[in-house]
Amino acid sequence: MFHQDRINNLISSLKKRILIIDGAMGTMIQKKDLSESDFRSSKFENWSIDLKGNGDVLNITNSEIINSIHSAFLDAGADIILTNTFNSNKISQSDYGLEDYSTEMNFSAAKLARSVADKFTDKNPDKIRFVAGAIGPTNKTASISPKVDDPAYRNVSFDELKDVYKESAISLIDGGVDFLILETIFDTLNAKAGIFAVGEINQKRSHKVPLMISGTITDFSGRNLSGQTVEAFWNSVRHAEPLSIGLNCSFGAERLTPAVEELSRVADTNILAYPNAGLPNPMGEYDETPDTTASYIAEWAKNGIINIVGGCCGTTPEHIKKIYEQVSLYSPRVIPKIEKTIKLSGLEPFGVIS
Amino acid sequence: MTVGSFINIGERTNVTGSAKFRKLIEEEDYSEALKIARDQVENGAQIIDINMDEGMLDSEKAMKKFLNLISSEPDISKVPIMIDSSKWTVIETGLKCLQGKSIVNSISLKEGEETFVRQANLVKLYGSAVVVMAFDEEGQAETALRKYEICERAYKILVSELNFSPEDIIFDPNIFAVATGIEEHNNYAIEFIEATKKIKSNLDFSYVSGGVSNISFSFRGNNPVREAMHSVFLYHAVTAGLDMGIVNAGQLIVYEDIPVKLRDRVEDVILNKRSDATDRLLEVAEDYKSKEKKSKKESSLWRSSVVRERISYSLIRGISDFIIEDTEEARKSFKNPIEVIEGPLMDGMNEVGDLFGSGKMFLPQVVKSARVMKQAVAYLLPFIEESSTSQIKSKGKILLATVKGDVHDIGKNIVGVVLQCNNFEVIDLGVMVHASKIIEEAIKYNVDIIGLSGLITPSLDEMQYVASQMNLKKFDIPLLIGGATTSKIHTAVKIADKYQGPTLHVVDASRSVPIVNDLVSQEKKINLIQNYKNDYAKLREKHFNRNVKKLAPIEVARNNNLKIDWKKTKITKPGFLGIKVFENYDLSDLVYRIDWTPFFRTWELIGKYPNILSDKKIGEAANSLFNDAKKMLEQIIDEKWLNAKAMIGFFPSNSQNDDILVFSDEGRKKRGMTLNFLRQQMNRNSDKSNLCLADFIAPIESGIKDYIGLFVVTAGINIEKKIEEFKKNNDDYNDILVKALADRLAEALAERMHEKVRKEFWGFGSNENLGNDQLINEEYTGIRPAPGYPACPDHYQKRQIFDFLDVNKYIGVNLTENYAMYPAASVAGVYFSHPESRYFGIGRIGKDQVEDYAKRLEVSVQLVENRLASNLGY
Repeated sequence: MFHQDRINNLISSLKKRILIIDGAMGTMIQKKDLSESDFRSSKFENWSIDLKGNGDVLNITNSEIINSIHSAFLDAGADIILTNTFNSNKISQSDYGLEDYSTEMNFSAAKLARSVADKFTDKNPDKIRFVAGAIGPTNKTASISPKVDDPAYRNVSFDELKDVYKESAISLIDGGVDFLILETIFDTLNAKAGIFAVGEINQKRSHKVPLMISGTITDFSGRNLSGQTVEAFWNSVRHAEPLSIGLNCSFGAERLTPAVEELSRVADTNILAYPNAGLPNPMGEYDETPDTTASYIAEWAKNGIINIVGGCCGTTPEHIKKIYEQVSLYSPRVIPKIEKTIKLSGLEPFGVIS
Repeated sequence: MTVGSFINIGERTNVTGSAKFRKLIEEEDYSEALKIARDQVENGAQIIDINMDEGMLDSEKAMKKFLNLISSEPDISKVPIMIDSSKWTVIETGLKCLQGKSIVNSISLKEGEETFVRQANLVKLYGSAVVVMAFDEEGQAETALRKYEICERAYKILVSELNFSPEDIIFDPNIFAVATGIEEHNNYAIEFIEATKKIKSNLDFSYVSGGVSNISFSFRGNNPVREAMHSVFLYHAVTAGLDMGIVNAGQLIVYEDIPVKLRDRVEDVILNKRSDATDRLLEVAEDYKSKEKKSKKESSLWRSSVVRERISYSLIRGISDFIIEDTEEARKSFKNPIEVIEGPLMDGMNEVGDLFGSGKMFLPQVVKSARVMKQAVAYLLPFIEESSTSQIKSKGKILLATVKGDVHDIGKNIVGVVLQCNNFEVIDLGVMVHASKIIEEAIKYNVDIIGLSGLITPSLDEMQYVASQMNLKKFDIPLLIGGATTSKIHTAVKIADKYQGPTLHVVDASRSVPIVNDLVSQEKKINLIQNYKNDYAKLREKHFNRNVKKLAPIEVARNNNLKIDWKKTKITKPGFLGIKVFENYDLSDLVYRIDWTPFFRTWELIGKYPNILSDKKIGEAANSLFNDAKKMLEQIIDEKWLNAKAMIGFFPSNSQNDDILVFSDEGRKKRGMTLNFLRQQMNRNSDKSNLCLADFIAPIESGIKDYIGLFVVTAGINIEKKIEEFKKNNDDYNDILVKALADRLAEALAERMHEKVRKEFWGFGSNENLGNDQLINEEYTGIRPAPGYPACPDHYQKRQIFDFLDVNKYIGVNLTENYAMYPAASVAGVYFSHPESRYFGIGRIGKDQVEDYAKRLEVSVQLVENRLASNLGY
């Protein structure tokens, strides 16, 4: 099946049903209790920096583990799997001294996910599985100063981020992903650099790679780390014409509800949400049960405010299975017609009535 | 749409619009600058406009820093930002700092569709809305029809071709100042309002905005009237569909709250209801002027002194505000008005003269003093004629002229002003004055001294001719020689020997005063002239007996040319071949490129900018001049006093010995023209070459396809209008100022075009990234030598370039018979791209080369010798 056929199928499926995105990769890897040598394999046997905890290096050292997690989520009913590339960008990998392996990680992860997804599609051609190339936010922020005494200072620039995103995106596309997802956006300016990068790539290619965008809310008042409200965030990224706009991670489905509702009201594209399995307990573990998570998400489906759902930190194939079962009872949200007026933003949205 | 839904865009965080904000940014007092932004938001600005376009600022750096700081202030950054700059790089810098959805202010079609499309695509990628100005290749639109047509064209490109969201387009159909006294400006508000209506009804989903305070620009200093004008204008424009405007959010007054009388007169002006609307508004404007300003003036202590002292105070400080009332008061206290001139005015000017002579006052200050003096005299003249008394006694009459074939007069005008300050009567014949006219007028007015001025080298020859004609007519009055290319040695050797009377070279305006003073004093005159005669005789003797350095024969020099390995040279083909014309070049794009050091030198303030501003001795004078210059620059730009144009051309080219062949076709069959250059002839050691500009172009026999560029730029179109206006008001200060600024703008334009040529149009320097200082120090690849300068001293080469490019037809620049460009604020030259190309001086040349050159040009040796007099080494 050609890329464009899959995209057409994705777009028409989104009109018919709520699609399911997979659950957490990171916490699934943690559960495997891997050792330092599992992360290194022979490839990085003598690497000077410890690699334990660098889940993305497994793409090139121990891809079987990633393979099995993808398979488990697809078994549970996921339509879309995300590549294991949340931290595969140059900036994040430089913590491990592995920045030169960033493109290889992205490319291998994409190829891997592609082959697993295609295997499932072959088994059941009525349910086509899609691969989303995951691009994380990096661990730097473009609109906040890390120095308290120098608020004008930045430790990363728009251009640096753009270049890093661009490199990741190209490797993912070349590895065979269906579309890209900028996820867990805590600073909208980082995301805008990512959108710019993808825009530049698409200008050069005949097949445009669709983009999904997903921000994260970091406080209960419903703002992201860089201070924007949900609507201001949407106004800032709407120019990407994303296939879906959404929220992920944050503090569990229950508390995320007002933000999802808000986004559903203002955005004239598909709504995506894949929350954590609640808030972590003092041990850093997520103990919201699959049924609980699924029940909150089913509530969104029932209210017609969602098009794509899944899970983030702490969610397991069991969670995805429950979510899949529950939301399949409901129709997807119908994309509203939004009045064609200028919509600006600072930290807050600013619109004009014409 | 109702007034209530009008969107306020805060204007105060703009360095070009707010002196206070500019000062804070210049002093890097960002915390105070942030307060201005905060005040805007608190006062109801829904968006804030930020502009850092100030020539003295690193605008990109300031924009980045300020926006980064705003990001940390939630009470400011809650609103969207409008990034305001005429420089795309500044806009892009801003876009990279903002997480919100902002507005770019602005892009336009002024540089053509290619730039517009490129910038619009980037705006899309950055996810910003955009202001599109009604500005195209022809210039800024003034009429409603043209405003609309440009907006419509932009709309079609954006929406149909680029798939730009129409709701993200905001048109700015240009708000221009009304009530300026110029009739064509009276309908500007109406034109804007009509264009707004048409845009709103035809260009779906788009918006209209404008810089509201422009409308009242002619009432600067009178805020109540300005605010009334804004309010009335908005009242009508918003009804017509204006969606948003850049305003002082804290200062908008309600239409109904404007005093009725003022409102009616403002309404007449805005809606152009009657031909005398401006005058009628002016009549009442003063009544509404803020009271605090008046009381400030009144409280000035010096105003309470006696009239004689007040006049002297005004003269020394160059203050015009009270001179008429003080002169009138003085007139009443004297029997005869002429006594006011001979008494208090002359006393004051004498003091100015003394201070200048003792180095306590500087040229710009003196010129300002002269302006005050002239205004006072102009006021008194009608009374003097009435009382029919004799002419005012002056110390002497001096005739000044810029000689035939030359148009440069800044220096001459300065000398005129300085002499007038010292109570000399100056008869200024202007520029391009024929010898016969000089003789004629000198006889007619029975002048005591003649002063000749010139800037280009052919003028040296013309001065010799004037001297010989004066001799023929048996003149014996002193002849003064001045101007940039003149020198003591040339005067001594070439001019003084042609004239029986005393001939003196005057090095600058400051020196002209003591010399002229001595020349009109019977006792001192003899001494001075004798000193000069002795001095010049010695110089001549030295000159003729000088050890003439032996020059290399031209053939030897040619063999020692610059050896470039053409096989290894990567030649960049220009982005296009043929010519490209730039009309109405945006002057605001040039301000930050101005090299100020020569500007100060024009005013005899010597020092490097910006250090000169803090110089202990001349810093104060320099600062004051600089402030006036900046103010005028703003007016030049905002009120479009000057029009800048440029034309560039790239052509296939090869060298042939010392000539450069310029072809009009890539097949190099059609010879467009030939540029003839000279070669250095000094005796060289083996390590140094005898350079000629032709060395930088691949020789024809190499078969390599090389290219050359030609350019002419001007910033002086329309300058006459302003000069006339200043002359009428006896305002020499501004007359000189506007010319000096036009010169600087022309140079800046030449620099800017050169940069664009390197980076873009030709493209051989597309990777360079230099700051202004580095640009001034020419740290880039390629050169742009100009005919008349050391590498190519023959001005005649300009003639070739002008004929070949048809310069007059395209950009309206002319050449005089001696190859001076008119308007004077113009630059012409040649672009070389080779990395080895560099500036050099030809120095002395031998008779063999002169003969050879004459043969190449097919002219007489005599003519070449005249034109290259200062380069002859024999």
